[in-house]
Amino acid sequence: MLQTAERGASTSKKAPHEKYLEAFRIMLQTRIFEEKLASLYRGGLITGGVYIGRGQEAVSVSCGIFLQKGDVFAPLIRDQAGRSAFGEPLLDVARTYLGSRLGPMRGRDGNIHRGCPKTGQLAMISHLGAMIPVVVGKLLAKRMKGEKGFIGLTTIGEGGMQTGATHEGMNIAAVEHVPLVLVATNNHYAYSTPNDRQFACADLVDRAKGYGYEGSSADGTDLTQCLDTIGAAVKRARAGRPPQLVVASTLRLAGHGEHDDASYVTDDIRREPFAQDSLQRAEQLILEQELLDREGLQQMRAEIAAEVDEAVATAQQEDAPVGSEEDWCAVSTRELVDQIP
Amino acid sequence: MSVTYLEAIREAQTYLLREDKRVFIYGQDIAGKFGGAFKATKGLAEQFPGRVLNTPISEDAMVGTAIGAAMEGMRPIVEMQFADFSSIALNQILNNAGTQYWRTQVPCPITVRLPSGGTKGSGPFHSQSMEGLYSHYPGLVVVTPATVEDAYTMLIDAVAIDDPVIYCEHKYLYYHLKADALPTEKLPIGKARVVRPGRDLSIVTNSAMVHEALAVAQQFSADGIEIEVVDLRSVKPLDTGTVLASVARTGRLLCVGEAFPWGGVTAEVIARVASEGFHLLDAAPARINAKDTPIPYHPNLWSEHRPNAKTIAAKARQVLAE
Ligand SMILES: Cc1ncc(C[n+]2csc(CCOP(=O)(O)OP(=O)(O)O)c2C)c(N)n1
Ligand SMILES: [Mg+2]
Repeated sequence: MLQTAERGASTSKKAPHEKYLEAFRIMLQTRIFEEKLASLYRGGLITGGVYIGRGQEAVSVSCGIFLQKGDVFAPLIRDQAGRSAFGEPLLDVARTYLGSRLGPMRGRDGNIHRGCPKTGQLAMISHLGAMIPVVVGKLLAKRMKGEKGFIGLTTIGEGGMQTGATHEGMNIAAVEHVPLVLVATNNHYAYSTPNDRQFACADLVDRAKGYGYEGSSADGTDLTQCLDTIGAAVKRARAGRPPQLVVASTLRLAGHGEHDDASYVTDDIRREPFAQDSLQRAEQLILEQELLDREGLQQMRAEIAAEVDEAVATAQQEDAPVGSEEDWCAVSTRELVDQIP
Repeated sequence: MSVTYLEAIREAQTYLLREDKRVFIYGQDIAGKFGGAFKATKGLAEQFPGRVLNTPISEDAMVGTAIGAAMEGMRPIVEMQFADFSSIALNQILNNAGTQYWRTQVPCPITVRLPSGGTKGSGPFHSQSMEGLYSHYPGLVVVTPATVEDAYTMLIDAVAIDDPVIYCEHKYLYYHLKADALPTEKLPIGKARVVRPGRDLSIVTNSAMVHEALAVAQQFSADGIEIEVVDLRSVKPLDTGTVLASVARTGRLLCVGEAFPWGGVTAEVIARVASEGFHLLDAAPARINAKDTPIPYHPNLWSEHRPNAKTIAAKARQVLAE
């Protein structure tokens, strides 16, 4: 089985993945950007919630980085890195969080509930698992239209894996034999709930067989493994293999959202190997293998900080939406708008 | 001592777990020290071991499990993390719980708690008011407590009722409403309450909108216009008698609801008054609801999407001028 072959691939002996540095930069950008968003939230400058992917950057970036034009990406809560890798501009994110009327959601939706279907990045709804069959439908239609070489990738947490929508979506993807990659991140908590109240199987990747998927596992704290495993799954999907399930293991290194102090996370679990910080590990490897020196890293950090500051400053200067100017219309067929008195 | 609306919900559940061995609570993130996304069950898992249980993210199966347990004689309370996620469990609620008694004569005493309604910045999927949708289907009792006292007594009553009860608790009221103490008296489920007497116009409403209506009534009173405010409390059954009696006093009716505008509670109230109390009306009955779009995230948009004191007052003036 693929999962045994790929589990435990050693990081240090191999030459780094060709996308390693590119991926690392996006991870670092994500970390710096999300820290900025969190501080804006603490300062009362963001309404609603802020949900970050701290600890999950290696998995997420690997989800976006192999996708091409024509592919479908349906990211979820902790996928800032993947979204950036897929090409989402930082300004879109800043505008959405800060409520600019110029953002892709124009103030109608916020935070992580954003997307741009025209570029292939779907806008998630909250209901977990609901995006999986939507991706299947996109892929089915692309095949019907005669498009070639495309895949769809979507993500889910170990908690979201337990919804009926996920089950139905996974099954229908296999029945339709569409080129889907489902990357499930087991970060060991779904909000406050630990895994023993989410599922009772030994490893979620074991479900792959039951659905007719090919399954593989990755240490989500190890960027090399994430790139290798998810990259290979994407390649297999493109080659017409059955749908792919990748299960990555991490710890959520933040609250569920920034409102949450995560005091329920036990000390024991914080000492587990999967609790390592993928960004720190990647930085260490970069220095060890001399892909960059400290000065180079510092320069990268400074560049990113400037990009982040610019995106935030731009969004902050933009106007908020105004109710009296809003087009209160939820259907595109104007003549069919119900004029309710 | 003072009690918030949220604390009243927690106290009611404490009482129920203490007094009734058949009661257990089933929901996401409700156990442990965490005690729920809104802390409605904080401390209860420790106090009542094995009876406050975290579930997987599986709303449909949560309700299905509760239905099975209820048929075995238990009194489960299901906490949805947000009302909006109960859409996942519609099949179990509407088709299994709602039809069980009618089909088999075996009652289905489950209580489903829905943290409902809008708050700033919550967006399309964490803000919904679903009482109208649930009321449309047969077989369910649907309540929308608007006060600390009702939050407490109606939850206790909901669990005692032998039928499925959809208990819509408003998230905005969680922290904004305080009472001096838990109530010692109650009005039963199925009865509406006149929360402010008046003679010029009846505003019939429910849940958080009761408080918007009261603010408007207060404002009009300064100009010598007395608005009567009726809190429906329970949406199904709907207390038509209390509504008609109010309209008989005022001759004018304005219905206010936070839910989407097509159909729903306000339409139902107007339909009943128009068909059974047409002769009582001095003006066409009016209603005001949220707009017919998903609930916007941005506070500027959200505050215009739902009825507010300003828009309610404008509508009230229209009805009064007729
Ligand atoms: C169907 C559904 N029920 C409840 C929720 C509320 N909710 C949002 S995120 C979350 C936990 C998700 O955990 P997991 O899938 O493991 O993802 P993680 O947050 O760990 O990345 C819950 C319960 C939801 N979004 N969808
Ligand atoms: Mg998780």
